[in-house]
Amino acid sequence: MAGGPPKALQSTGPHSLRDMPHPLAGSSSEEAVGGDSTPSPDLLMARSFGDKDLILPNGGTPAGTSSPASSSSLLNRLQLDDDIDGETRDLFVIVDDPKKHVCTMETYITYRITTKSTRVEFDLPEYSVRRRYQDFDWLRSKLEESQPTHLIPPLPEKFVVKGVVDRFSEEFVETRRKALDKFLKRITDHPVLSFNEHFNVFLTAKDLNAYKKQGIALLTRMGESVKHVTGGYKLRTRPLEFAAIGDYLDTFALKLGTIDRIAQRIIKEEIEYLMELREYGPVYSTWSTLEGELAEPLEGVSACIGNCSTALEELTDDMTEDFLPVLREYILYSDSMKSVLKKRDQVQAEYEAKLEAVALRKEDRPKVPADVEKCQDRMECFNADLKADMERWQNNKRQDFRQLLMGMADKNIQYYEKCLMAWESIIPLLQEKQEAK
Amino acid sequence: MEQAPPDPERQLQPAPLEPLGCPDAGLGAAVGKEAAGAGEEDSGVDTMTHNNFWLKKIEISVSEAEKRTGRNAMNMQETYTAYLIETRSVEHTDGQSVLTDSLWRRYSEFELLRNYLLVYYPHIVVPPLPEKRAEFVWHKLSADNMDPDFVERRRIGLENFLLRIASHPILCRDKIFYLFLTQEGNWKETVNETGFQLKADSRLKALNATFRVKNPDKRFTDLKHYSDELQSVISHLLRVRARVADRLYGVYKVHGNYGRVFSEWSAIEKEMGDGLQSAGHHMDVYASSIDDILEDEEHYADQLKEYLFYAEALTVRTFSLKGMTTKLFGQETPEQREARIKVLEEQINEGEQQLKSKNLEGREFVKNAWADIERFKEQKNRDLKEALISYAVMQISMCKKGIQVWTNAKECFSKM
Repeated sequence: MAGGPPKALQSTGPHSLRDMPHPLAGSSSEEAVGGDSTPSPDLLMARSFGDKDLILPNGGTPAGTSSPASSSSLLNRLQLDDDIDGETRDLFVIVDDPKKHVCTMETYITYRITTKSTRVEFDLPEYSVRRRYQDFDWLRSKLEESQPTHLIPPLPEKFVVKGVVDRFSEEFVETRRKALDKFLKRITDHPVLSFNEHFNVFLTAKDLNAYKKQGIALLTRMGESVKHVTGGYKLRTRPLEFAAIGDYLDTFALKLGTIDRIAQRIIKEEIEYLMELREYGPVYSTWSTLEGELAEPLEGVSACIGNCSTALEELTDDMTEDFLPVLREYILYSDSMKSVLKKRDQVQAEYEAKLEAVALRKEDRPKVPADVEKCQDRMECFNADLKADMERWQNNKRQDFRQLLMGMADKNIQYYEKCLMAWESIIPLLQEKQEAK
Repeated sequence: MEQAPPDPERQLQPAPLEPLGCPDAGLGAAVGKEAAGAGEEDSGVDTMTHNNFWLKKIEISVSEAEKRTGRNAMNMQETYTAYLIETRSVEHTDGQSVLTDSLWRRYSEFELLRNYLLVYYPHIVVPPLPEKRAEFVWHKLSADNMDPDFVERRRIGLENFLLRIASHPILCRDKIFYLFLTQEGNWKETVNETGFQLKADSRLKALNATFRVKNPDKRFTDLKHYSDELQSVISHLLRVRARVADRLYGVYKVHGNYGRVFSEWSAIEKEMGDGLQSAGHHMDVYASSIDDILEDEEHYADQLKEYLFYAEALTVRTFSLKGMTTKLFGQETPEQREARIKVLEEQINEGEQQLKSKNLEGREFVKNAWADIERFKEQKNRDLKEALISYAVMQISMCKKGIQVWTNAKECFSKM
């Protein structure tokens, strides 16, 4: 789901936003209602029931009053694999056009975010705002806070080692732009997160800072409540399936880490190989100046090695720009998942603790109190949401890795084909001369 | 090619021998190269029958290498490799005694043969021997003299060396060479009887005289220049090639790690598992394919090495050429320093006489040497072009292998 080429965005007409035509692209305002009609009424109810309990004690912004999704609707959507891309889609977001801002205090990059939607939550069919990394970071923490039961996609790493990476270099900015684009697309694709109020603000607000300031007070209270939750409850047993997810994530992160290291090592080896090739080719050139009859063949070999070097450089660049970022994203993803799992464990622990307390007092009060029931509901909702997200994630992962690895194979094939062409083209040069003689 | 003209250096040379027949230097060398390139045990015998008339009379192959232990002159235990040289005459219609022979020689004997040839044929570019120890190799390749791959490549190199001598219009008729091929015992003694060591010493003096050359022949200074440059460019090339090979090896082998990690990863995946597992297998294949690729490339490096050593031989040649010229003029210089005019005039007359004859000798020498260098140049162009072609072919096959492996891997990925 890579964004369209940046050029397409210069004209912000409805069709240029995505290469793929979609049913809502033509007349956005008319179908605005249709966008909201996707969820069935009973799902809505189930959702709002769950939501009430999900709201954290601090009374943080109710998540998605009109949020249509629940775990079961998610599952339904996931089964329609082909649907994911087109037909039910009513929100499109693209990150492009990075710009460097130099102020007296700091220098930073902003990215243009263009949104097109037919949803009623959006007053206009189209928005265009500029945001910087900090704002993305704000959005992510808001999402984490308001949708604690969901898996929030990761942002690209915030800190870069100074000196090693130039934060304002074209390559770095482009890599980051792609990652940010991916981040927003993942949220856009999510049946719950995409309806989040903060997300809406992020996409549409002229002045995001005003909203940010509002949030600060809430944030501090939120922090306390988290502390409260973590305070001392001990989990009895993790349900098997979540234990399995946990184990899976550990191994997955480990393996991806290894692949990341291998890929980096390969790139390093390839760059060193490239440097040697760059020296190797010209030696043939030097030699050719000594020779009469052999001059041309030697020159040919030199040029051929030059072509191979160029092909190799392209391969290395592709790997650095396309392969590594995806790996990184998934490594970060597994961290986000682990933190959601942890939160789930906390909710379960809280429930178990309450249940225990009730059991002690059972003789006094035969009925399970309402707050314990609430707690149970909360846990079950959490479980359902998480399971759905996990499944969705698994599906995405499979698609992404298929694409990624096929891409890697393709790039290598292309590289070898270029080299093959280069070497085949000099064979006649070598043979012809011989026959002529 | 014509029979070589009568040798003016005959007094330096032992009587030529007939059985090796009339050579065609070019074809012989070319075919020899092919045989070496093919690298098959008996290729020398099997493939070299076509339009090659000296070969119709005799075929030479170094068909086997064997590790041996023996005692050296100091009665110390030593291990060495012996090479089996097989010679066979093909035509035996005329009832001559059929020359079919096989005998063992070790590297040092090849060296002795070459040293002898160097001394007795100063105007000829004597083919070089393969390297005694592996040089310019990428680090994974063993530098051990007993390493089977190294022994095998040296076997090919030694065969090539013999074929090059046998295809040389003059060298092929040398008696010592003939005995080297046919007489196992006493060969060393025969070589020593020729007294070539003494000549070698005088040749050394000539070498030392080099720097006093007054009027060097421009062709030879050019040649000297060329061979110096060739030597430096080829050794540079070989050095860089070894590094390129090292890096390429790294790139391939690191891919091999994917094989392991894909396979481990596949264990925790459901739908993706099979695809990952088999893709991992292809990565293993990819990583191990580099061993053969670089082993093949080593043959190319050997071909270049031969010319590196040729370039060295050429340098020595030009040195001795200059040495010869120096000898001619050397006679003159002391006389000029003499103050006694009468004696001087007499001596000058004498000197001029001497100079005349020496000049004649020298010119003859230069002519022959130049002819051989021309022959060498042609052979070099042909050989190197062939080497370049086979290098390109190697690269092509490497690319094809790469495409194949990645296509297979892609197939696996697409099923995920």
